[in-house]
Amino acid sequence: MDDRVILRVGAKMLIPFILLFALYVQFHGDFGPGGGFQAGVIFAAGFILYALVYGLGNALKVLPRWVVYTCAAVGIMIYAGTGVLTLLMGAPHFLDYSVLAHEPEHGQELGIMLVELGVLITVFGVMVAFFYAFAGRRRAGG
Amino acid sequence: MLSGIYSLLSAGLLVALDAVDVAFTEAAVGAGIATVLMLGTLAIVGHEEHRPEHQPVLPLFVVLVTGAVLVYGTLDMPSFGSPDNPIHHHVAPRYIERSGEEIGAPNIVTSVLASYRGYDTMGETTVIFTAVVGVLLLLARGDAPRRAWSDEERKRKLDPGEGGPPGDPEAAARG
Repeated sequence: MDDRVILRVGAKMLIPFILLFALYVQFHGDFGPGGGFQAGVIFAAGFILYALVYGLGNALKVLPRWVVYTCAAVGIMIYAGTGVLTLLMGAPHFLDYSVLAHEPEHGQELGIMLVELGVLITVFGVMVAFFYAFAGRRRAGG
Repeated sequence: MLSGIYSLLSAGLLVALDAVDVAFTEAAVGAGIATVLMLGTLAIVGHEEHRPEHQPVLPLFVVLVTGAVLVYGTLDMPSFGSPDNPIHHHVAPRYIERSGEEIGAPNIVTSVLASYRGYDTMGETTVIFTAVVGVLLLLARGDAPRRAWSDEERKRKLDPGEGGPPGDPEAAARG
């Protein structure tokens, strides 16, 4: 893979835009298509592209396994934590975001943003963990 | 490779059906990640198929019967795209009419997924998490932080017959 200059330079130029596009999909999800799941997958695809072109070892330096596993768990905790927070703030139902701000609509907006963030982090962690699991097996020759 | 192309084509089909959110997911997951994982799997298992040890008559029978039952089940479904379908009369009109004032997000799909159906989405996120836990349990051998063995312990582990599978000292060393 060392002499494939076009591939390496092309990937290097593409990856920042892939990550930026993922953030756009995430935060524009209220208005256009997209949301946490799609954004998480695209974000993970950026790192997977890096791992494919530059090798698993370099990718593991950028994004060690424990970070990925932690991401997968933290995302769900953000999601469920939002639900618990709504209950603590006096909502009648779990995940009723209207109580999160003075205006119910702002509360909904904030709640949706929080849970979508949770979904993004979990999906990102899970997808990269999948890739690491498969690619790591191949390297071990198993 | 064909499945990746198929996914990309279905993404185009879903765009034509105005289901842009689903098309997005299909393009990213189906054509992107799934293809990479499929190629990774092929790299692990090799590209030569083992000779089957059994005659495939029983599996073929099961598959045919299941397929026939599924096709029979579709006969009861309402016709595709008809405006009288129950899906257009249950909660969808309320979402379309009221989600603007109740939730405030212009994208109704986001409102439904993240707010009205917040439980479901949390369950789905948990399902994804569970899936990765399962895959890691099956595949990520040796990913866990290695225990620092003393020399004596390592020797004992490497010795076939006491610890680890016999005749595979490398696997025993990997732990």
